[in-house]
Amino acid sequence: METINTDVAIIGAGGAGLRAAIALAQADPTLRVALISKVYPMRSHTCAAEGGAAGVIKSDDSFDMHFDDTVGGGDWLSDQDCVEYFVKEAPKELMQLEHWGCPWNREADGSVAVRPFGGMKKQRTWFAADKSGFHILHTLFQTTLQFPSITRYDEYYALDLLVDDGRCQGLTAMEMRSGLIKQFHAKAVIIAGGGAGRMFPFTTNGAIKTGDGMAMAYRAGVPLKDMEFVQYHPTGLPNTGSLLTEACRGEGGVLVNKNGRRYLQDYGMGPETPLGQPQLKTMELGPRDRVSQAYWHELQKGNTVSTRWGECVLMDMRHLGEKKINERLPLVRELAIAYLGVDIVTDAVPIRPVVHYMMGGISTNTKAATPLPGLFAAGECACVSLNGANRLGSNSLVELLVFGKSAAMSAIEHIGGLPAPNAAALEARAAQTQARILDLFSRTDGTESMSGLRKEMTDTMEKNVGIYRTEAGLKEAVDKIAQLRQRYQHVVLNDRSNVFNTDLFQVLELGCMLDCAEALTVGALARKESRGAHQRLDFTERDDEHYLRHSMVYYQGLDTPRVDYLDVVITKSPPGVRDYSGGHK
Amino acid sequence: MNERLVQLEVLRYNPETDTEPHFQRYEVTCKEEWVVLDALNAVKESIDPTLNYRWSCHMAVCGSCGMMVNGEPKLSCHAFLRDYPGVIRVEPLANFPIERDLVTVADDFIDKLKRVKPYLIPAKPKAIEEGEYKQTPAQLMKYRQFSMCINCMLCYAACPEYALQPKFIGPAAITLAHRYNLDSRDGGRDERQEVVATNEGVWECSFVGACSEVCPKAVDPAGALQQVKVASTLDWFKEHLLPGGSK
Amino acid sequence: MSRKPFVREVSTTRWYFKHPRYLRYMSREVTCVFIGAFALLLLCAVERLSEGQAAYESFLAALQGPWSVAGLVVVLVFAIHNATSWFNVTPKALPVQIGEEFLPGKFIVIAHYAVWVVATLVILYFAGVR
Repeated sequence: METINTDVAIIGAGGAGLRAAIALAQADPTLRVALISKVYPMRSHTCAAEGGAAGVIKSDDSFDMHFDDTVGGGDWLSDQDCVEYFVKEAPKELMQLEHWGCPWNREADGSVAVRPFGGMKKQRTWFAADKSGFHILHTLFQTTLQFPSITRYDEYYALDLLVDDGRCQGLTAMEMRSGLIKQFHAKAVIIAGGGAGRMFPFTTNGAIKTGDGMAMAYRAGVPLKDMEFVQYHPTGLPNTGSLLTEACRGEGGVLVNKNGRRYLQDYGMGPETPLGQPQLKTMELGPRDRVSQAYWHELQKGNTVSTRWGECVLMDMRHLGEKKINERLPLVRELAIAYLGVDIVTDAVPIRPVVHYMMGGISTNTKAATPLPGLFAAGECACVSLNGANRLGSNSLVELLVFGKSAAMSAIEHIGGLPAPNAAALEARAAQTQARILDLFSRTDGTESMSGLRKEMTDTMEKNVGIYRTEAGLKEAVDKIAQLRQRYQHVVLNDRSNVFNTDLFQVLELGCMLDCAEALTVGALARKESRGAHQRLDFTERDDEHYLRHSMVYYQGLDTPRVDYLDVVITKSPPGVRDYSGGHK
Repeated sequence: MNERLVQLEVLRYNPETDTEPHFQRYEVTCKEEWVVLDALNAVKESIDPTLNYRWSCHMAVCGSCGMMVNGEPKLSCHAFLRDYPGVIRVEPLANFPIERDLVTVADDFIDKLKRVKPYLIPAKPKAIEEGEYKQTPAQLMKYRQFSMCINCMLCYAACPEYALQPKFIGPAAITLAHRYNLDSRDGGRDERQEVVATNEGVWECSFVGACSEVCPKAVDPAGALQQVKVASTLDWFKEHLLPGGSK
Repeated sequence: MSRKPFVREVSTTRWYFKHPRYLRYMSREVTCVFIGAFALLLLCAVERLSEGQAAYESFLAALQGPWSVAGLVVVLVFAIHNATSWFNVTPKALPVQIGEEFLPGKFIVIAHYAVWVVATLVILYFAGVR
């Protein structure tokens, strides 16, 4: 097996991975950086993010306010030392991106413009039309091209971490075009592999969001934290699940039920604000969890619009006018016309909540370090925890930058003065990867269909792990996922070719999703409260006495995972009431 | 929900078993509103798991799913079945070697993208603490269209120059260089000209214009390349005709 | 190694039959042949003119034969196609930005036609057509 020696290996080349690579290259051009991704960097799902990235720049705004919005938005599950660090770093990172050429929208005087966003008391969301993620990703990718110390391994599927002497010292990965497995010996590894929304059937996430990085860390003994917190974005297209950015509401779009009523006012987010004059942090600019939950309640009441794609509510942007829509929401208009045949200039568009983001992930501290020395994580795959129980829109894009850099800096600190690796030990571990892949190729007695297992997984997630959960439903999900993981041992690999075998990749991705789903369902069942995006019909209140703690789920092979808890770090904001009504202070 | 039995003719190629590509026909039930990608996914899920292709976002922004649909370069997630009433012929993106089935070898494009130095080379250095480079909305609009490229390579598939002269740097790469040249914050045009204003660069282009016709994001690479030609020509005149040869 | 990327051949002589847009392109490019031929004809005219009035007038008379007129019509058609197809694409090469907007292409195209008409009138005037 070929061995590639490097200093820092980064798994995932989206916003966080690219930012980490640049930080490493700038801090020390002699460091060898291996940037490994299963897709070309510009395909990373960062490209689909639309709305913007938050950072305090207006004179009437402050770090304290961004802090309060984030902590409150996260229903007090965010680690406040991490949030304090984050809000201070955010504007610097966004400014750095501007210096790298990011085409941020501007005010007339040439300064960077900001727009209103959900759950934010002040306007602080920097944006590039409604393609902010796309522009951030491409700016970062293009910036990496000037650093010779970054070697990219495009279309390499990362398989297992190599751990020896209590430290993470590399990984195995398959070169997708040849099927060859290679081992990377590194002094530090940064996982930036993204989320796992594809566990659900209906998601804004692209095909690649299968939680590979999360599963790799999980299997190496690193706990997955707060996996039960899954964000439903309130406004997705009802047929494809494609994202219609929160900026639609930031610019003044409103949500109405079948009776034309702006129903959010019935769920603690009123009073109704004037049409076209959205008020920050209330009505349609409430936090995502509350807005999605309101849809569920309207559904129970029979107030939703029946369409051929299912039950929907309507988002009305007609009052914005064609000019404003073309200027600020051109992609949204394109998407609705192409995929739904609806022009938002002339019609209200049917939408429904869609799985969008995982607040949970690989447990790290504020320095992006996991409990396993030498292993760091950043971006959606990590849980610092910045976002707590519910993420505010436009905090994620800047999270990539802040913690991507943080991970790089921590990796540099770690690699000083390390002993030489025990290559033989690492090779032995790498051989295990080879064995498990070989097993798939040589299996003759397989009985399970990959797409069948995958459908059963997504079905149970949709049915039992939705916006509102119950004890019985969660139990069913836990048992089902456990069963699926057992059955996965007998999955059939239909395509036995070595060259770009997407059947193999989908089988491996399914394994990763099942691992993530296990941590998610077990954590959800164990958390007997309602907080942020984890809402239970049997435990409807937030329980700070018992659950002001992070769920930590530990891999136990095919046995039930171990669940433990980690206290949330509270510095200056004790748990309060999340008030998104118009009269709040 | 209206359904339709769709017939797909897909070009297959497995280097381990085939000496050359061959067509395979599939028949699959599809929803009327689906795109070609949905049809391929239905085939892979229920008929032939050995079919291989790239895709991810399903909203025409990641650029993964470029392929030839009835001889035209398209994003398969943006090729609507309703526009193809008969048999749909699906092939890998033209002008790139075939790796496997509908997966092409994209190396040449990636290399060329890097060669044109597609990153901001600031005209004036500025510290982060000093704030942003001021850029008015008008200055932003000057280059913004050219920054929309999703690197899907449909333009390379459409370009006959690239087909016949593989050394041609090509539409998307040169357009990206132009994007930075037009950015008011940039000062790297001279460096990029060394790569772009060459025989393999913009002068290989004979303005067929196919690239702009197939671009799913209306970037207009053809326009960008002609603008680079005009600017390069003016450069040449200034250099050779003005006393002192100023650029 | 299992990899064996397959390169699809492109015909250097028949590539333009693959798609209507390539044929349109070739029809624009092939106009240069006819325009080149006409340029040669003009050179002949100048040469005949230098030989004196009789030579020039017999040259003009030859041009009025039926085949010659047909040929000149063909040249005119291609010349117009050349000019119009170029006019239609010039806005791409010469974007005019006014504030945050760009001047719609049609104004640049119309400007080209206007200059063409004026130039034609001027030439006709000097050619004696009143």
